[in-house]
Amino acid sequence: MVERERETWSTRIGVILAVAGSAVGLGNFLRFPGRAAEYGGGAFMIPYFVSLLLLGIPVCWVEWTLGRHGGRNGFNSAPGLFAVVWRHGASQVFGALAVLIPVIIFAYYVFIESWCLGYAWFYLAGSIDPGSDAAQYPLYFAERFNRFIGAHQDGVLFTGTSPAPLFLAACFALNFSLIYLGISRGIERFCTWAMPALVLAAIAILIRVLTLGTPNPAHPDQNVLNGLGFMWNPKPLGGGSAFSALGDPQVWLEAAGQIFFSLSVGFGIILTYASYLKPDDDVVLSGLTASAANEFCEVCLGGLITIPAAFIFLGAAPLANVIGSSIGLGFHAVPVVFEYLPWGHLFGFLWFGLLFLAAVTSSLSMLQPAIAFFEEGFGMGRRSAITALGLVTGVGSLLVVYFSKDTVALDVMDFWIGSTMLIVLALFEVLLFGWVLGAERGIEEANRSSDIRIPGVFAPIIRYVCPAYLLAILGGFAWRNLPGQVRAIFERPAAVFTVTFTAIVFVFLFLLVRLAMRRWETQGRFANVAQRRFA
Amino acid sequence: MTLAGWCLMLSSVALVVGLNAYCFYRVFKAPAPAEHLHAPLDIETGEKMD
Repeated sequence: MVERERETWSTRIGVILAVAGSAVGLGNFLRFPGRAAEYGGGAFMIPYFVSLLLLGIPVCWVEWTLGRHGGRNGFNSAPGLFAVVWRHGASQVFGALAVLIPVIIFAYYVFIESWCLGYAWFYLAGSIDPGSDAAQYPLYFAERFNRFIGAHQDGVLFTGTSPAPLFLAACFALNFSLIYLGISRGIERFCTWAMPALVLAAIAILIRVLTLGTPNPAHPDQNVLNGLGFMWNPKPLGGGSAFSALGDPQVWLEAAGQIFFSLSVGFGIILTYASYLKPDDDVVLSGLTASAANEFCEVCLGGLITIPAAFIFLGAAPLANVIGSSIGLGFHAVPVVFEYLPWGHLFGFLWFGLLFLAAVTSSLSMLQPAIAFFEEGFGMGRRSAITALGLVTGVGSLLVVYFSKDTVALDVMDFWIGSTMLIVLALFEVLLFGWVLGAERGIEEANRSSDIRIPGVFAPIIRYVCPAYLLAILGGFAWRNLPGQVRAIFERPAAVFTVTFTAIVFVFLFLLVRLAMRRWETQGRFANVAQRRFA
Repeated sequence: MTLAGWCLMLSSVALVVGLNAYCFYRVFKAPAPAEHLHAPLDIETGEKMD
């Protein structure tokens, strides 16, 4: 067994940037603008900010508080953190789920991350050349991307026809090297320079986009103002007045879902990160600041760059066809923009470089929950824990890479784990905080040593509003997607393999959680929890 | 770009920038937490009692 000194964050800004880095990802620059433009334009922002206030920020505070509380009692992994609050079988099930979720998401997210790295490299090396016929640009980029990720045929990426596996291997090596260095020297140090670099790159692109004017005199309507209007003008979904979208429950569900997925809640990541805080470190202001930083990247950068840029060079009709798909928007539509820009290759490199940085700060955070569990559950050293995790995530990624046709394996993992189970875990966390612990006691714990206080009105919000909101998102999400996803399991062998793999990993993790729990009981690690609880 | 579009865009950006300004101001203004000071008995000297 390896006994080691407890790791902690070395600076407050470091942990804030690490949590913000975990939240800021491709969704901020691709998913948010697409959703907003598709579901009501500027009107979308009203349910969006309501969801931020009533769901996003409270759930963040819940995770930060549960994490710091568990850390104070000597735990860093979700099974231990949950058991500190509730010694019940449910804590074991959801503890295993909290370890499973980031592991599975990492397995496919790192593949997406490798696309960004690949495109950044292609732009830097000047190897993207769609020719001189502008009419062929969209087709060229769609086809090039499909060939790059092996979307035409399963197993094609193992034949050496695409360099994608090389970029994937580079991403794996980078993530595991950084995580090997630990919380302070690895994650914190990397995020402390990567987050400012990401923001600076995004600001440079933003300035370029906002100063484009009307680049093509043949299409005077395709200008910056109309591009911003395409994103921000309130518009009805079907017919009616400009703000009639607000009467559509679908718009509210989409806005709540966007806030939820954007803030990285329900991953078990914030929980784990917060457990490395010192017992008297602030959580309320730090949690709010990390959420605010994520919102800055999403609203002020993502909201002003992607759609206006694509509108100016593609026009309204072609853009409307791709805004529903983050991948279509990011890898089919936006590269067309760089072909028209002076220094387009430089801006292409900056754009995919910033997406890559955003992806790394997120994927990096997905490794820590499982490492924390292996380390404290079985006394593993960091190297052994990383080897075990590398094996599981490696097999998962190979599955995603092999079943690349129409990205079936990736989509199945994203639906069942990256979307549905995230909401289920967040629901468990708010119920744990609001009902098992008691919302008032939980808020009292959060406010201890904090620089700002959570107002008392958030007690009923966490107790009643957050669970209701999450149930509504889960219901709406399942109602729209579940039939198709269940059908896919019966129709596509790739989906069967993926679901089976995920189920096996979950069962394996659940058994490990039970073993770890027994080990902690034997070691008497829960003995002082009752006395220390909210002392 | 309609008037409503301008209002929604500017108010969204202002809200987020304002929230960031407030949060980061408070974070940087807050005093650093005091380091744990080791009392003489905490310090491992390597000497044995007997």
